Amino acid sequence: MAKLELKYGNHACAEAAILAGCRFYAGYPITPSSEIAEKMAELLPKKRGVFIQMEDEIAAMGAVVGASFAGLKSMTATSGPGFSLKQENLGYAFMVEAPCVVVNVQRGGPSTGLPTQPGQQEIMQSLWGTHGDKLIPVFYPGNVQEIMEETIRAFNWAERLRTPVVLLLDEVLGHMRETVDVEQFEEGKFEVWNRKMPDVPPEEYLPYRPGEDDVPAIAPYGTPGYRGHATGLHHDYTGFPTTNPEMCQELIERLIRKVQRKQPEMEKNEFYKMDDAEIAIITFGTTARAAKTAVDLAREKGIKAGLMRVVTVWPSPEKTIEDVAKGVEAILVPELNMGQYVLEVERCSRGACPVYRLNRANGKIIYPNEILEKVEEIARGGK
Amino acid sequence: MGTPIPMEKIIEKKPYFKYLRLDKMPTIWCPGCGIGQAFRAACMALDELGISNDQVAMVSGIGCSSRTPGYFDGFTLHTTHGRALTFATGLKLSKPELTTLVFTGDGDALAIGGNHFIHAARRNIDLTVVLINNWIYGMTGGQVSPTTPEGAYATTTPYGNYEPQFDIARVAIAAGATYVARGTAYHAMELKKLIMDGIKHKGFALIEVLSPCTIVYGRKNRMSIEEMYFWFKENTIPVKAWEKLPEEKRAGKIPRGVLYHDDSRPEYCEVYWNKVKQLSGGE
Repeated sequence: MAKLELKYGNHACAEAAILAGCRFYAGYPITPSSEIAEKMAELLPKKRGVFIQMEDEIAAMGAVVGASFAGLKSMTATSGPGFSLKQENLGYAFMVEAPCVVVNVQRGGPSTGLPTQPGQQEIMQSLWGTHGDKLIPVFYPGNVQEIMEETIRAFNWAERLRTPVVLLLDEVLGHMRETVDVEQFEEGKFEVWNRKMPDVPPEEYLPYRPGEDDVPAIAPYGTPGYRGHATGLHHDYTGFPTTNPEMCQELIERLIRKVQRKQPEMEKNEFYKMDDAEIAIITFGTTARAAKTAVDLAREKGIKAGLMRVVTVWPSPEKTIEDVAKGVEAILVPELNMGQYVLEVERCSRGACPVYRLNRANGKIIYPNEILEKVEEIARGGK
Repeated sequence: MGTPIPMEKIIEKKPYFKYLRLDKMPTIWCPGCGIGQAFRAACMALDELGISNDQVAMVSGIGCSSRTPGYFDGFTLHTTHGRALTFATGLKLSKPELTTLVFTGDGDALAIGGNHFIHAARRNIDLTVVLINNWIYGMTGGQVSPTTPEGAYATTTPYGNYEPQFDIARVAIAAGATYVARGTAYHAMELKKLIMDGIKHKGFALIEVLSPCTIVYGRKNRMSIEEMYFWFKENTIPVKAWEKLPEEKRAGKIPRGVLYHDDSRPEYCEVYWNKVKQLSGGE
């Protein structure tokens, strides 16, 4: 028997974070993500966790990394302008391998943009926003049930790989009330992963010596004997700065590799009527909801459309997109931006079929009939 | 590089050496720099208080003074420019049992990190902040900072500095810090005492350390290493003596010692965790 509950998107995110073991939240008020902070402020003290509202977005991200070093599962949530401010310490978290989850409830940008309306304009920023080379896992759920699943998954991967994970929502998802089957979130019914601990005695302990999985086992600060150093500078296994070119190159390659090698396991997509599809729609989040309806509408008109909804946005499902491209006549990528993920789809499809765009950045969602029109146009051989 | 004298022998004579990561030395600091004095004072203070390596976290931002944690054998974090206090806040709040020191500089704490500085002070969180004030951005090569004296030369004030100076101690007191002291790299033993009291104090403790940037500031302003240390000797006076001076004689003199101490205000972590205890039903 399903146990159904009506849940608000942002609150579902907060509740799932607690279920995943999150015990530290630092944030700063920003629309449309503030309800996550408000819920955490209510829940965390009762769970013997820490909630703190910091003086700005940068500080919130800093506090999250500090708490992560103390061994707590940590999280912050923000939106566009705040996400820009977080980039500095997000890069630091990646460099020092501090597990944490950064939620970005996307609104319209650039700059202050459209605070109360949805956007999908941080698809690229999530990966490339902070300076330097990196690979950060980015998950993007498509409904409130999935917000809970993906929040837990984000924590799990953050801990397992010792990396920041970005969880993308958008204003529509964050502010949506939807029925959730909470049975799967009962204790013991879902997986919770924790970060690994050093398996060597203190005298052999090197905080940044990676294991076979490329992940180092850094002891929580305060663990007797397991003292260590962390720096945003290029560093060696002791955590101390180095400019040794081989070591610097290996560090960056390892940081990227440890995420990339788990791509097959991390990949998550939803396929809808793709088996015999001739036109594939590839999209995510709120836009995928409209796309699903558009697929049905197109099929009513005799057009074999299908949907690939990407949940793990980065690392991208490269091979899967290529296979989709080989099996269809055209791909359409609708997104609430001026064309971001379409670049990745174009890259991955390797010219196997034409890739079309449908873009919008005015705060309005893309409606099913608009996607349908585009699909019809493509089917007619136009563009 | 090993040391020719066995470590046990050194620690016998200088017990604070147990806090040093000697394998990471020599330090990056220039000859005559005062940061080493402040670092030594902090280590001596910890030793006298009987706090073990495993009980200390040290956090820093970016700059010369922020390189200190690398040489400190504890739980150390070298973070981003200006943000040390934010990381330290997250760490301290999660692990209040860790004695948490923050090493920072005038540019790090007061320019790029000014906002974090006033808010950490306002919260009265139990951090001991050793702020090396050397009037300049040393690591980047000698640019003007918020504490550069008026008229002084820096690489970005080739015609002399025309911006007024921040008085760090007054900023901290106004923001809500409950222990505020000022020492100098010249008065080494006094500095140890000030840091020791700062660590003992339950709340936000700021110890401003006037420290010579001998190579960069000294060169730009034609002051030798000796002249800079003597400047601190000549121009700073104990706060008790300073208070007795008539207004007209205070000009140009900098008071040092404990400038402000208030034990009546509650400490942030204690307030938070008491609240948690209430809400989560006991322990």
